[in-house]
Order: sequence, then C-alpha cells, then structure tokens
Amino acid sequence: MDAVTSAPARIILICSGKGGVGKTTLTANLGIALARLGERTVVLDADFGLRNLDLLLGLENRIVYTAQEVLAETCRLEQALVKHKQEPNLALLPAGNPRMLEWLTPEDMQRIVAMVAERADFVLIDCPAGIEDGFKNAAAAAREAIVITTPEVSAVRDADRVIGLLNTRGVAPVQLVLNRVRPRMMASQEMLGVEDVTDILALPLLGLVVEDEQVIVSTNRGEPLTLNGNGSPAARAYQNIARRLRGEDVPLEDPSKARKGLRARLMNKIRKTTGLF
Amino acid sequence: MTLFDFIQRLLGRQKPSGTMAKERLQLVLAHDRSDLNPELLEQMRREILEVVQRYVEIDIEEGDVSLETEDRVTALVANLPIKRARPLPALVAAAVGKAQAPGPETPQELAVPLGSEPAEDQSPADPD
Ligand SMILES: Nc1ncnc2c1ncn2[C@@H]1O[C@H](COP(=O)(O)OP(=O)(O)OP(=O)(O)O)[C@@H](O)[C@H]1O
Ligand SMILES: [Mg+2]
Repeated sequence: MDAVTSAPARIILICSGKGGVGKTTLTANLGIALARLGERTVVLDADFGLRNLDLLLGLENRIVYTAQEVLAETCRLEQALVKHKQEPNLALLPAGNPRMLEWLTPEDMQRIVAMVAERADFVLIDCPAGIEDGFKNAAAAAREAIVITTPEVSAVRDADRVIGLLNTRGVAPVQLVLNRVRPRMMASQEMLGVEDVTDILALPLLGLVVEDEQVIVSTNRGEPLTLNGNGSPAARAYQNIARRLRGEDVPLEDPSKARKGLRARLMNKIRKTTGLF
Repeated sequence: MTLFDFIQRLLGRQKPSGTMAKERLQLVLAHDRSDLNPELLEQMRREILEVVQRYVEIDIEEGDVSLETEDRVTALVANLPIKRARPLPALVAAAVGKAQAPGPETPQELAVPLGSEPAEDQSPADPD
C-alpha cells in the first residue's frame, strides 16, 4: 500500500558477542519504544537456538506460525507476524524450531528480512550470542548495528570481535549501548568507565542503561519497561535510545548524577581534587 | 570496595580495578586485532632485534617491541635505545643513510600500522 512511498526500513542488528549482556531486553524495549513513537516496527527473533524475545514481550502464547513456515511458504508473512496488543505498531516475527539452525542460510535470512522490511520503518534483529553461523545468518541482512556490552573485560573483548566482523561486512553505522552500568562503582573506578569503553571500542555511544531491578520485574511480567511509561532509570534510558535512533538530539544521561549520598559525593570530590586514588 | 582495598589504594599500592581492566583490555585487544599471539610476537621481537643489531648497537635489555592499539588501528611499536652506530661498510651506510642517523642513546620509535581488521574466514554466498 503506502510501502511504495515510504522511506526504506532501517534494518538494525542487535548483537554483543558475549551472551547474557542484554540483547533481547534491549530489542524488546526498543521495539515498544519505537512503536510508541509511531514507527511501524518489527522485531525478529534470530536466536533460533534459544528463542526468548516472545517471552520478554509477553507474546509467547500467541504464536501460531514462525519464520520457519514463512520460509517454507506454508504460511503468509501476515499470518506469522504477532501483533502486540497494546502497541499495534509493533509485531514480532517468532523464531522457528531450533532445528532451523541445520538448514538456515544467510540467503534465507535476507529473503525473510526483505519481506518484513516492506511493511516496516524499523526492523530490529535480536542476534544470538557468539560469532559463528548464528551471528553470520543474523548479520546477513542487517544494514546497521547496535553492539551492546557491559563494562566488564570479557564482554568488551567479545564486543570488539563482533565490531571487527561488522566492519569487514560493511555494516554501518555501528553504535554502542553500555548496559548494566553501576554509577557508584564507576565513580570509585572499580568498573570500566564510560569513556574507557567508548575509547577502547572506538564506537559512538548510543546510550547508557544502568543496572536496574525493574528490568527483572518487567521480564517476569512479560511487559517491557517502556510499555507503561514507567519512570525507572532503565525505562528512560531505553526511551532515549529509541529517540536517538530516530535522529532526535537527546543528551546522554550522566550516570554519576544518579548517585546519591553525601559520603559518595565527598569521596568523589576528594579523589578529583587530590588525584590521590 | 573493601576497607583493605581502600587502604591499599590510599597507600598507592594498588590501582583501582577499573584502571587495571582498561590496561589489560588494551593489551589483549592489540593481540586479538592483529591476530598475533604472544609467542609469535616474541619470535618477531627477537628477529627484529637481530636485524637492528646488525646496523646499530642497541641495549637488548631496554629494547621493547610491542603492539599498541588506538581507534581500532593496531601498530607495532619498537622502542630501541641505541648505544652507538656500528662502523658500517659504505654500501650499507648508504642504504640506511636515507633515514636520518640518530645520536647515541636516542630511543628510536618505529610505528608500523598493521591491518586494522582481521579478514573473515568465510566466502560470501556459497550456493548449495
Ligand atoms: N540494565 C539491566 N539491569 C538489570 N538486569 C538486566 C539489565 N539488562 C539485562 N538484565 C538481565 O540480564 C539477563 C540477560 O538479559 P538478556 O536475555 O536480554 O541478554 P541476551 O544478551 O539477550 O542473552 P543471550 O545471549 O542469552 O541471548 C536477564 O536476566 C536480564 O533481566
Ligand atoms: Mg537473547
């Protein structure tokens, strides 16, 4: 319909190298946040081995068909896309059976993403951990990427590997999200700082997400934090990332501002003025 | 931070762990990005020193060849304090003459950029 007139979809891979750093949580929250901003958004679960995106979005009971049937042409794309109840601008294309891994090729992935892209402004691809075939398939159709990492040595090292692979594939831009930031540890330099990570990885910073218990609560419920406009720090961070992705100029949050307590602030002052420790 | 760590840091005995993390990462990424393992690097270091020794007398103890990385560009950096130039046969002297001869005891830095990204090991689009 209006697909002909609209700009081509932004096809964004969400990847990390290391597992468990927050890819799926980011995909779910960004999907909701973009949809709320009026963008037609499709989130695609490319973690065929261990699919979870359906669960985080609370859509696990509404899946009838998956990417597998679409590729096999036993159903139409519209039949497989699961529309979100509260956010009709968002749809999930679920991952099929884990045995898909045995036959899925990068060309399959390109084919299905092209179909999805026709009816979307944003396509977010939730990548599996690792840098093997699962990653290569997921990356095959991506134009741009968000690399997510935590401020820890192993996660940053693995992110670096992934960035190298994305660069050789010509995926651009590649932007960084730093997750599970603990402002107090950063202030006392017991954690890699924001600049340390951006310097090392040499990527523009798209956003910071603090460590936030509400993330777990929202996962339990199957309602991403961005769904209820909940004012928790992580919810705001995800919303800001969505807005920056659309090109809005939203200043980065300062994690140290989140710090409270006189003692911590005093210690920070002493450290800065004396350079002692 | 435990009290013990805190005291250690006050005494300047221990760096904050975030700083250590950054230093360790920079080192390991220089190796990852260049695909050179420490063994190969050590072999290369010895060979480079050997070659340089033919031309100038260097302080082997102080000689340092390492990988550094910044903005995703990895460089091989050699820091080789020169004791004195060897009396060279005219022929060799002429060849080396293009690079200005440093004074004695001048550390000479050579930075050689390496390929910034490792090539991918898969051929694109293999049809089945
Ligand atoms: N900002 C945060 N604060 C607190 N917990 C978080 C945060 N981000 C992610 N988590 C938690 O970390 C865990 C891993 O998150 P998630 O499943 O999104 O990671 P992933 O990268 O998709 O993992 P995998 O590699 O297994 O697919 C989850 O339990 C999630 O609730
Ligand atoms: Mg995941």
